[in-house]
Amino acid sequence: MNTNPIIHTQPVVLRVEHLYKSFDGRQVLKDVNLLLHHSENLVILGRSGMGKSVLIKCIIGLIQPDEGYVNILGENILDMDVKALNRLRQSIGFSFQGSALYDSMSVRDNLTFALKRNLGIRDADQLEQMVRETLQAVGLEGAIDQMPSELSGGMRKRIGVARCLILKPKIMLYDEPTAGLDPVTSSEINELIVEVKQKYDTSAIIITHDIACAKATSDRIIYMEDGSCHLEGTFEELEHKNDPQLSTFFNYFKVH
Amino acid sequence: MKTAETIGSAPQKWQAFFIKIADIYRFIVRIFKETFSFPIEIEELLKQCYIQGNRTLWLVSFASLLAGVVFTKQSRPSLIEFGAESWLPSLVSLAIVRGLGPLITALICAGKLGSSMGAELSSMNVTEQIDAMEASGTNPFKYLVTTRVLAITLMLPVLVVYSNMVALMGSYIAVHFFSQTTFKLFFSQAFESITFLDIFSTLIKPILYGFAIGVVSTYAGYYSSRATVGVGKAANQAVVVSMVMVFVIEFITIQVLGTMR
Repeated sequence: MNTNPIIHTQPVVLRVEHLYKSFDGRQVLKDVNLLLHHSENLVILGRSGMGKSVLIKCIIGLIQPDEGYVNILGENILDMDVKALNRLRQSIGFSFQGSALYDSMSVRDNLTFALKRNLGIRDADQLEQMVRETLQAVGLEGAIDQMPSELSGGMRKRIGVARCLILKPKIMLYDEPTAGLDPVTSSEINELIVEVKQKYDTSAIIITHDIACAKATSDRIIYMEDGSCHLEGTFEELEHKNDPQLSTFFNYFKVH
Repeated sequence: MKTAETIGSAPQKWQAFFIKIADIYRFIVRIFKETFSFPIEIEELLKQCYIQGNRTLWLVSFASLLAGVVFTKQSRPSLIEFGAESWLPSLVSLAIVRGLGPLITALICAGKLGSSMGAELSSMNVTEQIDAMEASGTNPFKYLVTTRVLAITLMLPVLVVYSNMVALMGSYIAVHFFSQTTFKLFFSQAFESITFLDIFSTLIKPILYGFAIGVVSTYAGYYSSRATVGVGKAANQAVVVSMVMVFVIEFITIQVLGTMR
């Protein structure tokens, strides 16, 4: 991978080394290596079908890689049993591309689901207070009694993020946070991602093909091509990089 | 891991079939393991028991009542022909308790609950809700599969007992309409011929039916393909395979109980 000398003073919270994954003989991830530092927003940028979503699912253990090493907060997740992995997952928030809200539950129940189950909080007043505070942080306190089907795409994304934030995660993983949203809502989601980092002091990996999202949210970007990390740098560095594949990608964004 | 879903070509159908059997075996073993491990999802289990019982109650009531009336009306002429009309309550009660009640209830549950479990889990799979549960540190198998299988296994015997009572009431209404038999006489004759083995079979069969319907339906939903077409396929598989399983279990239990009589 072609890398730029970005100097990091913060400790590493997530490390991926030599990650490989194939499906039915098709190699989706090829020797992926990356580091995520504390309080850093790392954007994984690339066209659709380049293995970005598979990478993020390998990181959280939803997909088992063929080879490689994933260390999160000092623990190798590939060597863990299910109980230990579930404990570690409580420190990681995963915001899904389609929000993945539990559609048979209200917004309140969506947020309290993991709290009751994982943290064993049963006190109704305490739960209510935590839900209201978190919804306030994403600007949707009024949606507390609504069902997911009553929410717009942007609201669902925000509730999806709130569902992660209520567990006070140390690392956030965003899978295509602006996919399917209009430019104004996308911009609001980008602002929310930056706010989350500041308010909750999280580190984040943001998977996206949206250059506007990458520009607004990133401290550092890894550009993925054909299942491997092709280039790394800040947005400004990559924008002026003389690379044919990346230039095509950026030029297409400028035209549209 | 190779699963039955990943093998598509026709020559490998047998291999796919045996892989599927192995998958289902692992699925059942996991259900038992999760059932007896902590924490127990008691809140969700009770909720599922309520939903499943409530969802089928009216349909079971209606079908059982009609079955009781129709079976009595159909049997009466034949018994009159042989001068055995007084055996009608005994005949009807044996038929209902031994076979009709459990079978009607199981088929209704396979249709109504099987399809809803298959479709619900499958749509949760398509919309990544199951992944979201897992990513948040919750065990989705225990929360979604184990509770549903347990709930239907527990609720089906209750529904069968209820169905038997309603069907007998239907039968009494039909008998009373023709011969003015008293309530007390009808039921004393009806219960006279029922043995301990009949009560045992009317309780044990629905447990087996319920478990089979639960396993088949949750398996179809939980491991459905991640496309919209998978939802319909899962619901369809859940109903068809559950119904076939009900008849297979009925056949086996009749053979086993026959040797015990």
